[in-house]
Amino acid sequence: MNALTPLVAREAAREDSTPSLRPRAQREVFCGLTGIVWLHRKIQDAFFLVVGSRTCAHLIQSAAGVMVFAEPRFATAIMEERDLAGLADANDELDRVVDELLARRPDIRLLFLVGSCPSEVIKIDLSRAAARLSRKYTPALRVLNYSGSGIETTFTQGEDACLAALVAEAPAAAGGAGPSLLVVGALPDIVEDQFRRLFEAMGLPRVDFLPARRADDMPAIGPNTRFLLAQPFLGETAQRLETRGAVRLPALFPFGAEGTTAWLKAAADAWRVDAARFQAVIAPARERAKRAVAHHRQALEGRRIFFFPDSQLEPCLARFLIEELGMEGVEVSTPYLNKVLLAPELERLTAAVVESPDVDRQLDRCRAARPDLVVCGLGLANPLEAEGLTTKWSIELVFSPIHGFDQAGDLAALFARPLQRRALLRVAS
Amino acid sequence: MKLAVWTYEGPPHVGAMRVATAMRGVHYVLHAPQGDTYADLLFTMIERRDERPPVTYTTFQARDLGGDTAELLQSACRETYERFRPDALLVGASCTAELIQDDPAGLAKALNLPVPVVPLELSAYQKKENWGASETFLQLVRAFAPKGAAAPPRRTTRPLCNILGPTALGFRHRDDLAEVKRLLGRLGVDVNVTAPLGASVEDLRRLPAADFNIVLYPEIAEAAAAWLTRAHGQPAVRTVPIGTLATRAFIEEVARLAGVDPGPALDEPEARAPWWSRSVDSTYLTGKRVFVFGDATHAIAAARVAADEFGFKVVGLGAYNREFAREVRAAAEGYGLTALITDDYLEVERAIADLQPELVLGTQMERHIAKRLNMACAVISAPAHVQDYPARHSPQMGFEGANVLFDTWVHPLVMGLEEHLLAMFRDDFEFNDTAGPSHLNAAAAPAPHPTPAAAASIVWASEAQAELTKIPFFVRGKARRNTEDFAATRGIALIQVETLYEARSHFAR
Repeated sequence: MNALTPLVAREAAREDSTPSLRPRAQREVFCGLTGIVWLHRKIQDAFFLVVGSRTCAHLIQSAAGVMVFAEPRFATAIMEERDLAGLADANDELDRVVDELLARRPDIRLLFLVGSCPSEVIKIDLSRAAARLSRKYTPALRVLNYSGSGIETTFTQGEDACLAALVAEAPAAAGGAGPSLLVVGALPDIVEDQFRRLFEAMGLPRVDFLPARRADDMPAIGPNTRFLLAQPFLGETAQRLETRGAVRLPALFPFGAEGTTAWLKAAADAWRVDAARFQAVIAPARERAKRAVAHHRQALEGRRIFFFPDSQLEPCLARFLIEELGMEGVEVSTPYLNKVLLAPELERLTAAVVESPDVDRQLDRCRAARPDLVVCGLGLANPLEAEGLTTKWSIELVFSPIHGFDQAGDLAALFARPLQRRALLRVAS
Repeated sequence: MKLAVWTYEGPPHVGAMRVATAMRGVHYVLHAPQGDTYADLLFTMIERRDERPPVTYTTFQARDLGGDTAELLQSACRETYERFRPDALLVGASCTAELIQDDPAGLAKALNLPVPVVPLELSAYQKKENWGASETFLQLVRAFAPKGAAAPPRRTTRPLCNILGPTALGFRHRDDLAEVKRLLGRLGVDVNVTAPLGASVEDLRRLPAADFNIVLYPEIAEAAAAWLTRAHGQPAVRTVPIGTLATRAFIEEVARLAGVDPGPALDEPEARAPWWSRSVDSTYLTGKRVFVFGDATHAIAAARVAADEFGFKVVGLGAYNREFAREVRAAAEGYGLTALITDDYLEVERAIADLQPELVLGTQMERHIAKRLNMACAVISAPAHVQDYPARHSPQMGFEGANVLFDTWVHPLVMGLEEHLLAMFRDDFEFNDTAGPSHLNAAAAPAPHPTPAAAASIVWASEAQAELTKIPFFVRGKARRNTEDFAATRGIALIQVETLYEARSHFAR
């Protein structure tokens, strides 16, 4: 494929070894707090209170790339010197901050206390605090906790931790509840509605989404729950669901015409939907997806793509781009590789996957490989553009509707646009 | 703990990054978890820098905490030296690393790297971004221009100064610097070193050669300038040349220290702002009520320019950086005000909603507040956003800076005659104030926050309410507040049309 393949394979092989033997690497990935930026818009009556430092507050407001105009439903309880010196009791302080918050936002029904690096290091017990505050404010408000700390989570793992906390508290399905499908992972509302229509047309009796748009609508879970992950980064959530008896439907993730077909098919098979009916339901949307994707084939076919680690979506997106658009994968890296959840993806992926690489060594490989398109975080994109590489900011892949048939063309367009732009511009930098 | 929705300043290590990124050949090893790497995007995205900031994060994880995070820091220092070969290494900890107490300074020094190591202790739980930049700059200056160091040879017989303060991610620092250099050029004063922006370690060593220092941004450079006065006897120019009057004062102060004639620099044909302000078209700016908030230096300067060079009335003045609270309080007293010193965004929002100014001069935070309250706003200070790093030359300082201020502060306002027409024909179905100023986007104005009557016992009669809506939107909030205050002091429970006009005449300016 190229001169760098051995290097990639070596790093990949090394990452296969046991964690304690992994070489130290300097990584450049957001922490799990970042997920708050979309989660607080998704659950419309939830508030996210980070218990952390000024850095945490600064991260969230900077990571979104824009400062949200409306008053956001997130905030930071910034720890100060007196909190650390033991002059103030962390629990008293937290209670006071939560009181202040609720006085301002009485409409909040669900409060997440979100742990951070400093709160984890000084071991503030947020689960006890959440239980205490829940008792205090019940039934007006439920209080849950999870950790978005950068010493334990990267970027999208924050959503995993948040949804896992929701699963732990979700109501149990009634004894005689019939089989129901649960779609897990925060999706744009429009995508959720599209999937719901398809499942209903297949005749599935009940479809729920986690997270629900409102705190009181979180779905019940029981042994008759079958769930589909809409995102590849929800390992802990999947485990918690399985602990509660729910059954995971393994599938490709719903990116592109093929991924979406396979994903929907997993549910159709679980409900023994007749093959002809399944085809009839998905055919129009699947054809639309293929047509929309085909528009971008010319721009992307044969082009070499290099993924820096960001959201854990990388292996799925690479599979889509290689299979459906004819791109060539140079290096596909991810901050964390869940080999169980991604087994169907990895079976089809023809490029090497590298887990949690060192950023400087990876930059060396990228520069040497000179790929046609580099998918990377905001910290790397402009510097690489300035070196003459064409880049796609990966954060846009988390902030845009990209799942399902009717977004497949948009997803391809996100990768085609930087190349088209470079071809259009007649000014040199 | 302190509840924060938005923050005006980042943590102090971001200040250190601003200094490191501004300089050449300086690399910062930051003991920090991986989430802290977000700070790179401030530079690569907001400021559109084309290089990664020279920062290596150790990115320790939970599983490292029981083990050897110290070794992690040392290997990061060694690898950084090998890979980047910097002329100096800054070493410090972010908030989380401060808690694990690894002593980055001692660990880095123990490596005996063949390069100077400057340790930073930035107190992440007490201090903030500007202080972090100031402290980092001070430590670098102390390290490379130590007391007693022989002044390096001068290369010129002309007066020689250092310009201190501009950094990476500074609000218009690039353009201010160009303007100030132009002024110095007209005065015949040479620039010895500009720092931190563009300076190398070698440049810092040459600092003592200058006759005096110019403190361009006191938040960042005051500590270093004071130290240079003590260590090397260099006096400092402290007038910040924002606005025409301050620019002239700056020129005279520099000329005095340099022993040159200020005349050539004072006589500036490009200084158009004074005439733009005196010309009759600007009459309608008279007494516009303006609220000013930002970092202390920019807020104080903006208030002075607003009052003395625009003829505005300053109705509120504040700053988020407590380190300079004394200066802001003194300035506010000059306008008969109590300064608002806070880094609580919600408190600033309350103050603005309460004062109902016609123009807000603030940071990106106040721009959001003003947008929500349907008020005109111009950004005068960091924190800034990508749009505050324009491609064009757009200084705040010097004569051209004064021209820029005139344009950017007046632009958001409704223009003179349009203001009258809106007041005359409020019910015009095509031309009315819900559309906003005619030269700005015609997007429907967001619904302003309902302003509850100051006292619950006061009621508006429906005719009075209708009359109130005939007052143009940019003064309606104030008229409402004034009328209610007037009614409250007179014990009037029901506001009639007459009350509205009584109040108007009472508060007439």
